[in-house]
Amino acid sequence: MNALLVPLALPLAAEPGNRTLTISLFTAVVAVTLYITWWASRQNKTAADYYAGGRSFSGAQNGLAVAGDYMSAASFLGISGQIALYGYDGFLYSIGFLVAWLVALLLVAELLRNSGRFTMADQLAFRMKQKPVRTAAATSTIVVSIFYLLAQMVGAGSLVGLLLGVKSEGLKAAVIVLVGALMIVYVTIGGMKGTTWVQIVKAVLLMTGTVVITFLVLLKFHFNISDLLGSAAGKSGKGEDFLQPGLLYGKDLTGQIDFLSLGLALVLGTAGLPHILIRFYTVPDSRAARRSVQWAIGLIGVFYLMTLALGFGAAALLNTAKGSAVETSKGNVASPLLAEAVGGGAGSTGGAILLALIAAVAFATILAVVAGLTLTSASSFAHDLYANVMSKEKPTEKQELRVARFAAIGIGAVAIGLAIPAQKLNIAFLVALAFAVAASANLPALLFNLFWKRFNTSGAVWSIYGGLISAVVLVVFSPVVSGNGEKSMITGADFHWFPLSNPGIVSIPLGFLFGVLGTYLGRDRSSENRYSELSVRALTGAGAEGAAKH
Amino acid sequence: MDEEVVRERDARAYEAVHDAADFKELKRRYKNFVVPWTIAFMAWYLAYVACNNWARGFMDHRLGGSHINVALIFGLLQFVSTFVIAALYGRFANRKLDPLAHGLNAKYKRERRR
Repeated sequence: MNALLVPLALPLAAEPGNRTLTISLFTAVVAVTLYITWWASRQNKTAADYYAGGRSFSGAQNGLAVAGDYMSAASFLGISGQIALYGYDGFLYSIGFLVAWLVALLLVAELLRNSGRFTMADQLAFRMKQKPVRTAAATSTIVVSIFYLLAQMVGAGSLVGLLLGVKSEGLKAAVIVLVGALMIVYVTIGGMKGTTWVQIVKAVLLMTGTVVITFLVLLKFHFNISDLLGSAAGKSGKGEDFLQPGLLYGKDLTGQIDFLSLGLALVLGTAGLPHILIRFYTVPDSRAARRSVQWAIGLIGVFYLMTLALGFGAAALLNTAKGSAVETSKGNVASPLLAEAVGGGAGSTGGAILLALIAAVAFATILAVVAGLTLTSASSFAHDLYANVMSKEKPTEKQELRVARFAAIGIGAVAIGLAIPAQKLNIAFLVALAFAVAASANLPALLFNLFWKRFNTSGAVWSIYGGLISAVVLVVFSPVVSGNGEKSMITGADFHWFPLSNPGIVSIPLGFLFGVLGTYLGRDRSSENRYSELSVRALTGAGAEGAAKH
Repeated sequence: MDEEVVRERDARAYEAVHDAADFKELKRRYKNFVVPWTIAFMAWYLAYVACNNWARGFMDHRLGGSHINVALIFGLLQFVSTFVIAALYGRFANRKLDPLAHGLNAKYKRERRR
């Protein structure tokens, strides 16, 4: 999502009364989430508690948490903002994001729940050589999660500055440190149980806030969608073009192939995102995993439908012309300003309350997503790398969990350290890159492992590293990093030779191809021995990890 | 019990389930649902992406005198198809997969005790 980076902060909530209200609500969010974390910490006893929340969440609870983990501030503020600025094309991201859940539902969620334990690597390591496969899977898990985390953290600095109406760079850095410190606390103390409840609370807040604003927007147009679209088109100054494809994507052939490439990464990436995959371990069985994806599809789908109303509502009701607050923030403030407008306008009590509410929801959203990402990387580090690769003897559960907690602190510190200097860089492409890596490196290995008997250790290692390296290399030499003027991450140089901003259309087939090549070149057939065991386990749940009994 | 013995006993139980007729049926049912539906929703989604690129005339077509056009309807239909396929799969899995899986799961537990 290229919308999270904001060039300058705007005096959104500059009036002292509003700012007090906003800060009180932010504090309330922090207090509630810290209470949840403390409460969860008293129930964490075993590794299954820490990594998988005791596998005792219901399908509906996990569905909410999945939705809470998935709908980042980029979806909440970014998509509605893109619609407000570019009309119909702003809506396209959300369709890929939603359809992707069918891949997760039909091919991945239940089988993974039955055959894995705590991390993505568990499922691969089931019938492969532990060390190489776990190292590869942990590398890609940590890379994907850190890309995603970094994009969220940098966004958080700008966003909170924006919502509080503060321009100072020092304060943005302070916000990044605060967000980082909070996520470390959630993850080290609360583990998966605490993180899950933070995500559930956030999902409820986000859905409630969005329903209220959507209802108020539709009310203004007497629930006539055509009128809403018509006035958005009229106000945008672009007429009917605003409601048609083409304002943002696919202007020439390169752009069209780029859009196709983005579409592929979005639809295939979700089922390979490690922080989404490990959520399926938090339920007692595959049936609950299925229910949680169905819940997630319902919640995410309804949410994205509402962003349509928010985006077109913002286009119709706010000033989105060049130089306006919405335009200079790349759309990020469209939803909060829309909340203010439908609450009664600037200066009114209703407007101030709704604005502060939406700002607090955005803050809760950031916290829930970064906590999920930190937990994912820390789990993979402790469970895959430390316990199964680095240690000569198998560590005790207690030792492994201590390492997981230290890893969370370390990863949090790295994320803070990288996010502060990255504030001025345009790194919003990292989210799209995370999806591309997930689709190119993780999904091929997961699918081959489940459905192709011949697949072996070298196939898994090749597909993971092959997909990971091709996606990252193609992006480094693409226009998003250099050669596209102000829009590139590095503005002073041009070393790009790959024409597309999204690598998926090349790197996803490469990931699958490397998997096939590695398998045949590796020759090893020992992984076939346990394939029947894996398929029985994946399809029937025989011998799968059960819920913790306290 | 010795770890090696446990592993061998489990492996035998998995093998017994794997050879059961019910397991072959479960696998067949799962594949027969998942493969065609995956192809269908991917084709349907890619058709939508492609139309945004290369069938703009068709997408720009307005319905009646309203501001609602084919592009919006096509996008909304992606939501509808996702909801419908998710519901269909849930129904299918509850009715056709779960009973077989439960039976096989019980068989696995019996085999392990032998």
